[in-house]
Amino acid sequence: MARFQPADAFRVKRDDLELLPFRFERLAADRFVVSNVVGDMATLSGVDLRRLSNLDLDPSEPLYALAAEKLLVRRKDSPVILQLLALRLRSRMGFLQHPSQLHILVVTLRCEHSCPYCQVSRRSVDRELYDMSFATALRAVDVALSSPSEHLKLEFQGGEPLLNFDLIRQVVPVARERSIAAGKTVQFVITSNLALLTDEILDFCKVNEILLSTSLDGPADLHNRNRPRPGGNSHALAVEGIRRAQELLGADRVGALMTTTQASLNRVEDIVDEYLRLGLDGIFLRPLSPYGFAVKTKQFYKYDGRVWLDFYERGLRYILEINKQGRHFPEFYTSLLMRRMLTDRPTGYVDLRSPAGIGLGALVYNYDGKVFASDEGRMLAEMGDRTFELGNLSSDDYASLILSDRLIDLVDQSLTQCAPQCSTCAFEPLCGADPVYHHATQGDPVGIKPLSEFCARQKGIMTLLVRLLEESPEDAAILRRWAR
Amino acid sequence: MKPLVLSGKARAVEGAGAAGRRVVRLVAPATRQPGPSDATLLKSTADFEAASQPLSIVISGQPSPLTIRLGEEFGYLQIGDVIGVHLPSGRVRTLYRRASRHNTFLTTERCNHYCLMCSQPPKNVDDSWILDEIAKALPLVDPATRSIGFTGGEPLLDWRRIVELIAQARDLLPDTALHVLSNGRGFASTEIADAWAATGHPNLTVGIPIYAAVDCLHDYVVQARGAFDETVLGILRLKERRQRVEVRVVLHSITAPRIVETAAWMARNLPFVDHVALMGLENTGFAIANDALLWIDPVDYRDELARAVDILSAARVRTSIYNLPYCVLAPRVWRFAVQSISDWKNAYLPQCERCAAKSSCAGFFSTGRPKQSRAIEPLQEFDLL
Repeated sequence: MARFQPADAFRVKRDDLELLPFRFERLAADRFVVSNVVGDMATLSGVDLRRLSNLDLDPSEPLYALAAEKLLVRRKDSPVILQLLALRLRSRMGFLQHPSQLHILVVTLRCEHSCPYCQVSRRSVDRELYDMSFATALRAVDVALSSPSEHLKLEFQGGEPLLNFDLIRQVVPVARERSIAAGKTVQFVITSNLALLTDEILDFCKVNEILLSTSLDGPADLHNRNRPRPGGNSHALAVEGIRRAQELLGADRVGALMTTTQASLNRVEDIVDEYLRLGLDGIFLRPLSPYGFAVKTKQFYKYDGRVWLDFYERGLRYILEINKQGRHFPEFYTSLLMRRMLTDRPTGYVDLRSPAGIGLGALVYNYDGKVFASDEGRMLAEMGDRTFELGNLSSDDYASLILSDRLIDLVDQSLTQCAPQCSTCAFEPLCGADPVYHHATQGDPVGIKPLSEFCARQKGIMTLLVRLLEESPEDAAILRRWAR
Repeated sequence: MKPLVLSGKARAVEGAGAAGRRVVRLVAPATRQPGPSDATLLKSTADFEAASQPLSIVISGQPSPLTIRLGEEFGYLQIGDVIGVHLPSGRVRTLYRRASRHNTFLTTERCNHYCLMCSQPPKNVDDSWILDEIAKALPLVDPATRSIGFTGGEPLLDWRRIVELIAQARDLLPDTALHVLSNGRGFASTEIADAWAATGHPNLTVGIPIYAAVDCLHDYVVQARGAFDETVLGILRLKERRQRVEVRVVLHSITAPRIVETAAWMARNLPFVDHVALMGLENTGFAIANDALLWIDPVDYRDELARAVDILSAARVRTSIYNLPYCVLAPRVWRFAVQSISDWKNAYLPQCERCAAKSSCAGFFSTGRPKQSRAIEPLQEFDLL
């Protein structure tokens, strides 16, 4: 009859083990999160963390099993674990194989709104001064099409781009024609407050399969307070625009983004309810960014990161409850982070990648032909800081923009893989470099992370998500679905 | 609750020159121009029930036809089925049943694993005749058959012959899916992985077991040091070559307690596999010998299994639960449960007659020494979510 060997006969010997690269971060007094280079995470007590670090492991105990499952240790003679890490890291970095997918055309700087937090708009109605010309737009299309990516997104932005809809109407067919000739596909997006939406524009969007992206800050009183316009009817027009777009283009063809202001902070449930009421498929709880008029009007300093995190946590918990009642309604930033945390699929989201997404993820063509490495970089330039200005459509082509010393330096300096504080952070595999933010707030693309609001926010969110995954199976099941 | 007898002894072999092995396809008595591998199945239902005349198979030939008389346990044989006969001993093996969805060819009984729960305990003998038999049987299989399987033992121990058989199946049965069960270690060799991929079989899947994400735990279950590393490497090599891979986890008291962690590891490290099957234990072979070590009532891992399925499906890994009846599963994972048990060893309990879900339930193994969960009970209502 069979002779079976006991489990002990197959145990790895302690001397045969070695540590794989991992980082850790304190979550609570005696609780640490440990993560490897591809973001596999475990939480450990201080004693267990110390024992793991010293390879003081008994392979028959659960701590060894955990360390093996999370790819924190390996047998020295086992190449397969390194292969797994290598191929997963390659997958996480896959966004580098598709550079410059997003191209933003600022077709006008004019806007009929006068939002205090706005970063760039002009109320001037002087067409000559602030509208993009057809020639400039064509040049932008050509630069976009000469980038290596096969699937491009062309986003029309402003100001309020519908104030220069004639240009959009001219550019779209040409861009389509040229993309077909180049063997590429183009998805068009118009980012608009929808106040000027007409049936004619909607028809054009339908025919050209254009997506609409709009702003919705919450219920009417809050939205109108944040987004003043003559008539005080921004909310009514946005809601009407969303409804008409949903009806005519399809529910999945229009999305909305909210901006958090001080007035939003105790209203997160109202804001979420408004999105639900309008049948939107999720919400992006965004922090206020430190650019444009937001800084000038001191909006940015009105609440600190901790307050925003409370807002986010309250909102997330409220949204999770809605999901528990059977409605699929993700918080989109959480979804992005869950994808980073639970999968190795690359995310194109420009703020959650390193090398940074500036230029490599998106190029911004301003109304006057200037090219910026990101939308925020354009806003800084409006304030007089031209750090992220890469060149001009009148003299540059794709290669000269993307290979400019300026861009390479900024990307190179801000790599989280080696930046101080980032390179030792347990959340680094999930996070990204944000050189524009750190330049804007600290005058340096790397920044001192303990002083960085961005860093505090990221760590705060990720700590919360790790806790939910570990401690709350019901929430974890929903969060996992969002990662799909 | 008894399985079909697929292998047994003929009552008698009559005729001169009864030497060697023959593989034959059963044809009706009136068949005109039977092929050289055709044998006439004589089966009068009335006579058979009276047991006055045993079931017979007549192989025409020189100098005289061979008549193989079979006992009633082979009464299920039908026209179009294929059997192998060892004439000197009268051993008969049913190789293929045309009406079945579960036709699996055993390729060898040799194995480089010695799994604690093996349902087909390995033997260290030269059994390459089995491969000869399969090579003869494949041309007799109805090309309309939806799928066939190769199992073992470890088929890759004679990988050149297996690859030949796969190529043969590709040519003879182009519309038949082929599912091979292997421990996958062989594919750690690029030579074998290349040869496998080079068959270009249009619908080939290999099912490979991974019992834990912890190397020594997997090695312990399969009783082979270094197995985990080679198996995982083998899977990577196959996926690198765009071959279809299914990962199989058999659940028992060593694997089930860590199934959530194992699933999480798979979701992160092998999300590109084509299918994951989380499988109830077949209590036969070594599983009986190791019963005290392995038995766990499936209802005791019901929640963990459901969480494992959640994790895998959230990671977009196609996942199934095999060999477990609905009544031991969390309702939210019912839709992942599959009628996976081969028809010849699939059975239901008397109380299943009162169950609303019976017609789509996996039921039970009739092989070995079936053990039942304390949770088994007829479902009053059944609704796949």
